[in-house]
Amino acid sequence: MARAVSTRRKWFFTILAWSVAFVIFFPILWTVLTSFKSEGDAILIPPKFLFFDWTTENYGIVQERSDYFKFAMNSVVLALGSTFLALLIAIPSAWGMAFAPGRKTKDLLMWMLSTKMMPPVGALIPIYLIFRDFGLLDSRGGIITVLMLLNLPIIIWMLYTYFKEIPAEILEASRMDGATVWKELVYVLTPMAVPGIASTVLLNVILAWNEAFWTLALTTKDAAPLTQFIASYSSPEGLFWAKLSAASTMAIAPILVLGWFAQKQLVRGLTFGAVK
Amino acid sequence: MKSLLKGVLGALAIAALSTTALAETKLTIATVNNGDMIRMQGLTDDFTKANPDITLEWVTLEENVLREKVTTDIATKGGQFDVLTIGTYEVPIWGKKGWLVPLTQVDDPADLLPAIAGGLTVDGKLMAAPFYGESSMVMYRTDLVEAAGEKMPDAPTWDDIKRIAGKITNKDKEIYGVCLRGKAGWGENMAFITATSNSFGARWFDENWKPQFDSPEWKDALNFYLDLLKTDGPPGASSNGFNENLALFNAGKCGMWIDATVAASFVTGKESTVADKVGFALAPDKGLGKRGNWLWAWSLAIPAGTQKEEAAQKFIGWATSKHYTELVASKEGWANVPPGTRTSLYANPEYAKVPFAKMTLDSINSADPTKPTVKPVPYVGVQFVAIPEFAGLATTVGQIFSAALAGEKTADEALAEAQDAATREMTKAGYIK
Repeated sequence: MARAVSTRRKWFFTILAWSVAFVIFFPILWTVLTSFKSEGDAILIPPKFLFFDWTTENYGIVQERSDYFKFAMNSVVLALGSTFLALLIAIPSAWGMAFAPGRKTKDLLMWMLSTKMMPPVGALIPIYLIFRDFGLLDSRGGIITVLMLLNLPIIIWMLYTYFKEIPAEILEASRMDGATVWKELVYVLTPMAVPGIASTVLLNVILAWNEAFWTLALTTKDAAPLTQFIASYSSPEGLFWAKLSAASTMAIAPILVLGWFAQKQLVRGLTFGAVK
Repeated sequence: MKSLLKGVLGALAIAALSTTALAETKLTIATVNNGDMIRMQGLTDDFTKANPDITLEWVTLEENVLREKVTTDIATKGGQFDVLTIGTYEVPIWGKKGWLVPLTQVDDPADLLPAIAGGLTVDGKLMAAPFYGESSMVMYRTDLVEAAGEKMPDAPTWDDIKRIAGKITNKDKEIYGVCLRGKAGWGENMAFITATSNSFGARWFDENWKPQFDSPEWKDALNFYLDLLKTDGPPGASSNGFNENLALFNAGKCGMWIDATVAASFVTGKESTVADKVGFALAPDKGLGKRGNWLWAWSLAIPAGTQKEEAAQKFIGWATSKHYTELVASKEGWANVPPGTRTSLYANPEYAKVPFAKMTLDSINSADPTKPTVKPVPYVGVQFVAIPEFAGLATTVGQIFSAALAGEKTADEALAEAQDAATREMTKAGYIK
């Protein structure tokens, strides 16, 4: 009897999980389906789910009108560049906080997190003026710096939590063997924390890829990533839904594929510490 | 070593010379995503052939994103753009602040429609050249109106609209008498409601900038709008903007739709299921001498501080010229010519054949941004008030009115809240004490 109940419960939760997953995934599915419709079919009421005249025309028009690969390349450079730069700063910082904490380390960590609570628009004008004066507007270097600063608190927090899991004795042992701080970081700590660093990298690449406020505000054409590419297909007065959906599908496809392959690490990255 | 030095110097000299020979001006143009603007991007060869030293780079963005970006850039003199696409709301405000360069190479300025040019002129100088202009009008289903035993007048009153909508509505068949904007936003529901309120004799502010939402005219206007949409509008009207209503109309669900004249080409286009059953009429009135139509133009302007003013002047001259109109007509037909900017276009017998041409012109001509409503006002603008505080304030008021449409509050409560919000904002901004 108990077995039957547990089987029923198992089914119930399986169906529930799939239903929730479907609901969450539905907007993406709908976007992809709409991208293969004509503009007329895209706004049809009641909507057609699968049985419409499939067309790839929208993708052709989008590619003809905008240089997708230029935007995509900028997205790749900005996402990877900002994450890499952030790691260079975050690994030593997290190391210091995890293995040599001071009296104010906790406060410092909380303060870093609190910077994420400020509405970004509050800092727009000062940052815009700094960018203008240093000639950084619409430059990859400038926007990489901003994205790095934006995600640094999260990266440090994630790495800090990972590093805390590593026994300090191992590092002490390496020191006993005469390792310098640099060697300890590069040859002992980093290899041991590779799974943690990998999930941190993945999550932050996704965050940087999806970042829209700063990338839209500070880039124009040369450094403009896919967020700008999507924004150019949205319109409050006009029928561009199918084209907008095609542009959106093209913009999210790379990160969706990356997320698909790396989901295990991502789940670990997002949930670690939750049960501690 | 000497020969190496010579070689390097020689190479540098050649490089410098070739750079000079290739020197060209690159114009960065910020523009909105709409059919006319996208069409222009495809026709720029005509301009660059005549001006081989100028290259064009387009930054196309959604209207609100563009507005934020361009405002930030121009306010900080960031210099990211050389030509801007801006609306009728921004031109008087930015022009007064000295953020725009007066235009000097506009083709035949006297030919521009006075109603449009008036809204783009600051201290007697044209600050932006209209690329296309629009007003609003009634688009209706001729078959449904006829089946209801009615005839739509060319210049209907609001009572006509209410009566005809009532007869067309058949909720069992999902046919609704009238579709109107309900989605909150200063350019969404407030464009429609402000224009409608003008025809009811309401105004945003009196001559001393005191908010007027406590006036009987506003009460009449808002009650009429809410009642009309609740009785004869589609379900969920409070979240419908231009695109949603367009989808409903094209699917055959709306008897009437009062919205931008630019929609005429969409409802009669190939995406519409009712393309051959659409009639047009002027926006309604209440017999007070003002119609409920708005006036808007997307215009091209040059931000002060650009290093490429000369080239920018040339480009704007080309894009807003009669020559450009003829170019579009020759390539894509007269129905696709950017409408609503020039008197000569409407005198053209070829353009007169376009079904919505006359109604668009009449609608534009019947709107006066300097005298938008029955009583005098201290501001310019038909469906907006050209002060910097308006966008934020009208969005707040738009949210209040949208909530009233969703049934969350009564018209009286909404008006009282709007009055409070407007009084607070205008006091804070120093217009009233």
